[in-house]
Amino acid sequence: MRIALLGFGSVGQGIARAILAKDLDIIVTGLADSRSGTIDAGGIDLLAALARKGDGGPCGNPGVSPADVVAKAEYDVLVEVTPTNVETAEPALGHIRAALQRHKHVVTSNKGPIALAYPELRELAEANGVLLKYEATVCGAIPLIHAMQEGLAGNTISRLYGVFNGTCNYILTRMAEDALTYEQALAEARELGYAEADPTYDVEGIDAAIKLVILANTILDMHTTLDDVERTGITLLTPDALQLAEDLDCTIRLIGEIIPGAGVLRVSPRIVPKVHPLVVEGTLNAVTVEADLAGDLTFIGKGAGSTETASAVIGDLLYIRDRHVQGS
Amino acid sequence: MKLEMKDQPGQLVAALKPISAVGGNIIAVIHQRETSTATETLDVQIVLELPEGRLPNLLELLRAQGVSVVRIGEERLLYECTLIMIGHLMHTDLSDTVDQIDRTGSAEVTELSLVMPAIDAPSSARITIRSTTRAEMKRAIRILYAVAEQKNLLIIEPLEDA
Repeated sequence: MRIALLGFGSVGQGIARAILAKDLDIIVTGLADSRSGTIDAGGIDLLAALARKGDGGPCGNPGVSPADVVAKAEYDVLVEVTPTNVETAEPALGHIRAALQRHKHVVTSNKGPIALAYPELRELAEANGVLLKYEATVCGAIPLIHAMQEGLAGNTISRLYGVFNGTCNYILTRMAEDALTYEQALAEARELGYAEADPTYDVEGIDAAIKLVILANTILDMHTTLDDVERTGITLLTPDALQLAEDLDCTIRLIGEIIPGAGVLRVSPRIVPKVHPLVVEGTLNAVTVEADLAGDLTFIGKGAGSTETASAVIGDLLYIRDRHVQGS
Repeated sequence: MKLEMKDQPGQLVAALKPISAVGGNIIAVIHQRETSTATETLDVQIVLELPEGRLPNLLELLRAQGVSVVRIGEERLLYECTLIMIGHLMHTDLSDTVDQIDRTGSAEVTELSLVMPAIDAPSSARITIRSTTRAEMKRAIRILYAVAEQKNLLIIEPLEDA
């Protein structure tokens, strides 16, 4: 199977390393980062591209743009793993549209296009007889979307809730463990690379809210936008509040919750008993799904990381290959 | 309530029937047969919810069935919910915050733990509310949110309902 890879940061490099390390029968015929691109129908030398990137250089030729790769490379699947833009979803949205119009399948880890334009993109994919997969947009390595679309097909989901943001979970874990202030725990998260220089997107619950919108719109048949999510972040939490929860054998976690029947979509800090399966440590994610036939299921795993997110992308790629790509 | 009745077939049903007749809701029936009791009676404990003012009516119906009520333990506020508040709790008149819930008559603040750090830093409090019904609890929490919005407080709810 031939793929074009847009985005050569943490996730893109994770995918390249997995392809190199494992016999996945995947050839990369197009590759682009924000500054450069390269096209090679015979297969790009990923080891060399990783080495160039490791030296701080571009992955390809500055004269080749991501749009060129989408339009000109010969591939079966476009793998779009550039950073999320919550406002416009661009430039990823345009690239995904262009690939679907070329009758190419698309796999993405980018939340923007899926949260903002899923109905349109799905229609476009169907009209062109190809698939659009996005497992990596929600909870990294946890195959939550696949589980809900395939494994739980036929179930009615009455409630879905959990820890959708590893950065916040790390900060809250540290505040509870060592009575750190929010600022101290955030500084520590930054030092370890768990939080961005501008952590707003994570700590204000925006990242978790986007994931709820994706699940609501693509699986639970709701029609929501980011503005529909009632959202409270963790920036005002105090070590005292965590201690007051601790006194009851509880702790505080940032919980995203969807109750489809009641139209509830909310992200807020909640008091949770410490023995609850959703109380996971560090940067882990955990999601509980309440299904009518299956009962309650809880998924726990790594919500971010290069290899972990690559796992979700590769799962989607092999799903497409096994069902739809002919002659590869 | 704890009831004493004749140890005969049909007696338990006879004791339960009047409860639904007065609009009550049975939550649990605890029935332990103690072989050592010399008398030919049976002790049964029933946990139930009753609409306001229906208790005398129920007692009368039970007596008519030959069931004697040994003990009634009344617990008016059945539902409990503990939340955490963060903000300038004292400066924004904490007793007024509590009053607004107590004033409903059907829900009240039964416990409050307050931690006050340095002056001017936001304080944190754990607040326990009890109410007669689930609907009243929801109403009390709505009131708390309205107050929190006015006073710029953060409310942290439990994951599960009362």
